[in-house]
Amino acid sequence: MAFAINTTYRQRLSKLQPLIALFVLCAILGFLSDKFFTVTNVWNVMRQVSVNICISTGMTLVVLTAGIDLSVGSILAFCGAVTAGLLKNGIEMSSSNLFIGFTILGASLAGLIAGSVLGWFNGWAITRWKVPPFVATLAMLTIARGLTMLWTKGFPITGLGSRFDFLGTGWFLGIPLPVWISGIVVIAAIFITNKTALGRYIYAIGGNESAARLSGINIRRIKIIVYTIAGALAAAGGLIVTARLDAAQPNAGSGYELDSIAAVVIGGTSLSGGRGTILGTVLGAVIIGVLNNGLVLLNVSPFWQQVVKGFVILVAVIVDKINAKEE
Amino acid sequence: MLVAENITKRFSGVVALENVCLELHPGKVNALLGENGAGKSTLMKILSGVYPDYEGRILFRGEEVRFKNTREAQASGIAIIHQELNLVPFLSVAENIFLGSELLTPFGLLDKRRMREKTRQLLQRLALDVDPDAKVASLKVGQQQLVEIAKALLHQAEVIIMDEPTSAIGDKEVKALFDIIANLKREGRIIVYISHKLDELFAIADRYIVLRDGRFIEAGEMKGIGHDELIRKMVGRKLDARLRQRGGSRTGAQVRGAPEVRREIPTEEGTIYRRRPTELLPELLTVRDLCLYSGSRTLKDISFALHKGEVLGIFGLMGAGRTELLESIFGLHGGAVSGAVSLGGKAVSLASPGDAVKAGIALVPEDRKKDGVVPGLSVRQNICITTLPDLATMGVLSDGKEQALAGKYIGSLQIKTSSQKQLVKNLSGGNQQKIVLAKWLATNPSVLMLDEPTRGIDIHAKTEIYRLIMQLADEGMGIIVVSSEMPELLAVADRVLVMCEGSVTAAFGIEEATEDNLLKAALPNV
Repeated sequence: MAFAINTTYRQRLSKLQPLIALFVLCAILGFLSDKFFTVTNVWNVMRQVSVNICISTGMTLVVLTAGIDLSVGSILAFCGAVTAGLLKNGIEMSSSNLFIGFTILGASLAGLIAGSVLGWFNGWAITRWKVPPFVATLAMLTIARGLTMLWTKGFPITGLGSRFDFLGTGWFLGIPLPVWISGIVVIAAIFITNKTALGRYIYAIGGNESAARLSGINIRRIKIIVYTIAGALAAAGGLIVTARLDAAQPNAGSGYELDSIAAVVIGGTSLSGGRGTILGTVLGAVIIGVLNNGLVLLNVSPFWQQVVKGFVILVAVIVDKINAKEE
Repeated sequence: MLVAENITKRFSGVVALENVCLELHPGKVNALLGENGAGKSTLMKILSGVYPDYEGRILFRGEEVRFKNTREAQASGIAIIHQELNLVPFLSVAENIFLGSELLTPFGLLDKRRMREKTRQLLQRLALDVDPDAKVASLKVGQQQLVEIAKALLHQAEVIIMDEPTSAIGDKEVKALFDIIANLKREGRIIVYISHKLDELFAIADRYIVLRDGRFIEAGEMKGIGHDELIRKMVGRKLDARLRQRGGSRTGAQVRGAPEVRREIPTEEGTIYRRRPTELLPELLTVRDLCLYSGSRTLKDISFALHKGEVLGIFGLMGAGRTELLESIFGLHGGAVSGAVSLGGKAVSLASPGDAVKAGIALVPEDRKKDGVVPGLSVRQNICITTLPDLATMGVLSDGKEQALAGKYIGSLQIKTSSQKQLVKNLSGGNQQKIVLAKWLATNPSVLMLDEPTRGIDIHAKTEIYRLIMQLADEGMGIIVVSSEMPELLAVADRVLVMCEGSVTAAFGIEEATEDNLLKAALPNV
């Protein structure tokens, strides 16, 4: 009996590891830099992290099904550009003398729909044609980036107006709007993973796809839903980025897929699927955000920052492996 | 001679083996017996170098040995054929057999021709008709098991440990395997044979070794010991008398209208009784002209009917298409299937498992680990997986409902688990199988299809599953049982269909079904 208590205790402890790592990291940075624990800086970090949290929440769902989504960065750029373009220029059809203008809500919805469609396409290619997720989303990474370039003709779309920019820079009840958005996304995702059949199916598919299929679960449908959600959440990230910078950059979001995968992995989600939590991913994203911020405050060269980040990811995975062995 | 002295092995504090002593003589087949969890596999894994840290010592040919890994054990002549297969699915049969000991040409390149030739000879000895170039992934479980055996033969091992080698192979292959074991015996090798099938042990073993709860109980000559005596040593308690009584008390008022006879089902733990109608009840499941087109393995014009409350057995040699038939009815082969299946007069779509489940059909698959359970999810989550929409209110899963459902089946099927939240991977094979059964019973199916339902599980769990099958049939469920164990099939089935090379070749009522009849119908006409 003492043994059993001991194991559950250890399992609990291993779940807390990312949290402990975060506290230690903050303590060290607070000690080294007096700017770290200022109110401005804390909100600054939170605002920066919220984009990655949005993306990584979708990524977690995908990874739980034993998949991967490399296209989130490109989808983010495309959707930001679509929203910015529609908001600023509308759709003009010179042949029929037709002009359609977009409100902020309309343009934003159009961006989210665009992201969902690209995500759905990922899921469709993966389930209908059995393209491995790595390859299908790698293709989408290029496709969506190309579409962004075509839409923007390679130039940033700027001057979106302060009302739209509120989405990225505004405050509501003393909390930055991006934090509100990512918070809602996270709560919804936690609800889905813990409290709905969809969530349970996601874990079952990642844990043993064959057994899930033989349980009568419609695997294709679940996977398509998951990739569509991932696309939509990348688009949400795109709205925040665009609003914050007051510009849709054609090369926005490049490399974001790596930060997102890193957050998922640091948060303890297994890349082979079936094991992991949304909350872990949030912690992972915050750890990466704090690390980025701290290294900047300490004037560490950006080149070294990359090296450090790489090692953090490696250590996270090794610790996770050791935990899994002990279980 | 291989001697193990005072072997003790602990897993993070839990004792798996305690002071076990063992003597294995050359030229003998040693049957290692014990219920699941008795420590058989652990002991064999120590002998074959899988677990390098243990207390005690092992003497092989008079010298103390302590293997650091399986490679070392193999090099000194100890080979193990694991119950779980260790093959690389996307390499060919020949590549798998020679993995780690490839034959080379004088130029140091792979000598594929020679390896293929050698493989063909090995497969011939095992009466296994597969192409050496076939990918292992394309073989059925039983065939893969034979490939594993071929691999051990190649290494000319002096000690060969076989852990449930016949759990997935048909009678023909079993016979070939026994011939090989007899040969190996004559060559003076030591064979350790682990099996739950006592008949096999009586057929080939010279000595028995009984383990119970991690301790050595007794060893001796197979000659002169009886079936029941051996079981008593394994389980360490009197045969289940309770069971007999319960069966006896079940005579009396008729429950279903049709006149009934009592069926007796002997098991190794006693006899199960069942009240069986003398006349068939109405048809439940009807299969008409079912065909499956998929490469070389096809089903040809299969037609049969399953009646309410009937247990229909399906017998056939390996590759006869039994599993494929169940899979086709369950919608796993989608567009590759033609023909009609109807349940209670209504047509059943064969497009997907989801359709089959909706219609009221359930399948307990052959390969429990691969297709049955999600090992990383809890007992509760596995049991509830088939009925989640019913366990939710407005889309929100209800903890209470899930807990109640899981609790109900943990109780009624006597699933042994420390809690509902225990991960399924930590449970024994028998309990995992009960979880698969539970998740299907939860859907309230009218037809339950069981593919090798007692494969690799211990005697006690086996008895419980037989009893469950009887009870469900008594309640009016239609049950199809596919099994390679003829005695099992003859015991539980009311009728037996025999399949051969994708066709149904015979159907016997239980009175005419004898082992001879079944085998004759199962053998291909040459």
